[in-house]
Amino acid sequence: MQTFLDIFDIYLLEAVINGILLGGVLALLALGLNLIFGVIDVTWICYAELVMLGMYAMYFMVQYYGVSYFVAAPFTILLVAVLGAALHYLVIAPLLTAPPINQLLATGGVLFVLQSFATVAFGIDFRNLGIRLPVLAFGDMNFSYARLLSFVAALVGMVAVYLFMTRTFTGTAIRAISQDRQIMALMGVDTKRIYLITSALGGALAGLAACLLVLQYDVHPFVGLSFGPITFLICVLGGLGNFIGGFIAAFLFAEIISLGGLFSDLEWGYVLAFAFFIVMMFIRPAGLLARRR
Amino acid sequence: MLELRGVNAGYGTFQALFDVNLDVKAGEAVGVIGPNGAGKTTLMRIISGLIRPSRGSITMEGVDVVATPPHKIVSLGIAHVPENRRLFPQLTVDDNLKMGAFMKEARDHYAERLEVVFDLFPRLKERRHQMAGTMSGGEQQMCAIGRALMSNPKLLLLDEPSAGLAPVVVQQVFELVKRIRASGLTVLIVEQNVQQVLKVVDRAYLIEAGTIRASGTSAEMLASDTVKEAYLGV
Repeated sequence: MQTFLDIFDIYLLEAVINGILLGGVLALLALGLNLIFGVIDVTWICYAELVMLGMYAMYFMVQYYGVSYFVAAPFTILLVAVLGAALHYLVIAPLLTAPPINQLLATGGVLFVLQSFATVAFGIDFRNLGIRLPVLAFGDMNFSYARLLSFVAALVGMVAVYLFMTRTFTGTAIRAISQDRQIMALMGVDTKRIYLITSALGGALAGLAACLLVLQYDVHPFVGLSFGPITFLICVLGGLGNFIGGFIAAFLFAEIISLGGLFSDLEWGYVLAFAFFIVMMFIRPAGLLARRR
Repeated sequence: MLELRGVNAGYGTFQALFDVNLDVKAGEAVGVIGPNGAGKTTLMRIISGLIRPSRGSITMEGVDVVATPPHKIVSLGIAHVPENRRLFPQLTVDDNLKMGAFMKEARDHYAERLEVVFDLFPRLKERRHQMAGTMSGGEQQMCAIGRALMSNPKLLLLDEPSAGLAPVVVQQVFELVKRIRASGLTVLIVEQNVQQVLKVVDRAYLIEAGTIRASGTSAEMLASDTVKEAYLGV
């Protein structure tokens, strides 16, 4: 009996730590989406599809052209940042004053366009980087390097965004703009430019997430569906546009998935997470930390 | 310094200003008085570019304001303290002031300007890490004026700085306006508090139903029968 408990605790601890590691990347994804929603007040339904394109970019650079992973990563981040800015410029900007449902439908349309584009251009094969990172053994617990690296990189990315948002004039303007859009011109701020920078930043976060996810998951045209919905749930659970709420919700979700997976299959972890979400929507419909107005 | 000629402006089909002519010379303090809904705020908004006149010209030191994109107008030296202050309530005082220094020219002198503003409003320095929305009305007004001063403007537009403040605080705000004037800044101030504003300005315009009805020095305005009857209650 005693030995059983020992093993159980180790597995539990491992699952908790894996949950934290998973939470890092989910928090990164949620931050990107929240940034766009909080600042521009639109929801990029196709956010995970930007990540998918970034994963393909990594795949082709690393597998096809033999570029090293760490050289390919900055290019991917830059590429998805440009995609984010282009998405804003071509799709969102003309619809800024349109009803929210139109914006939603438009970005939803982009989702299908990107999925179909990837299917036509890259086929439906599952592809991976062919990099198999070792597993770190810590006592009786095993952690994949890919997850550790992802977690650290996600944290670094989020800290970088935090510093940008709090220390720079542009970052301060990004935080200010959602509080009073009309008077930004009085501050000498060109709101169009701020929106474009924010979109590029949201894209860059998707690009970073792509670099990290491609280490753990195969890429295929529909890979966005495996983490797109959960990113939305996290953002809604944390309160759309609320950065801190999104951060907390990401780790909460990751723990539910990880611990749920410990007691049965990983799929049950997701079921539990979604059930938790539904219950929370009744208890706190505006999110864990409802956005103060 | 600032010249408005034959300005018409409005919102949609509603016209708020009719053929307005107005001048502000460098170093002057000019008041605009009039009842609610007379077009005072609209007047401020067309000068700072928040809305565009449908007809007429606005020039600042010879530069066509109407042809300047709204976010570049602050670079011409026009800073607008909007009605109801319009601070960013969930940013700290520091961050609000930072926003006032957003434009390139002001960013380069951020530290100096911050010192000037903190000199003028020591209270803001004490409260610099506080969320602007949690301060008292008077402190918020200081912060709004401070934010406008961060851009090192030549012309300060003040829209109803005394609105919604306790009488004691109103006194303080007008004291401040005097001090800002004394520092050599040109001021255009819109007020409903006619008696107070005529004490701090050199000249004033009376605006009613979107039209300039009268103008003159403060003394002339105080003596004018129209102003007396309608606004001073004598």
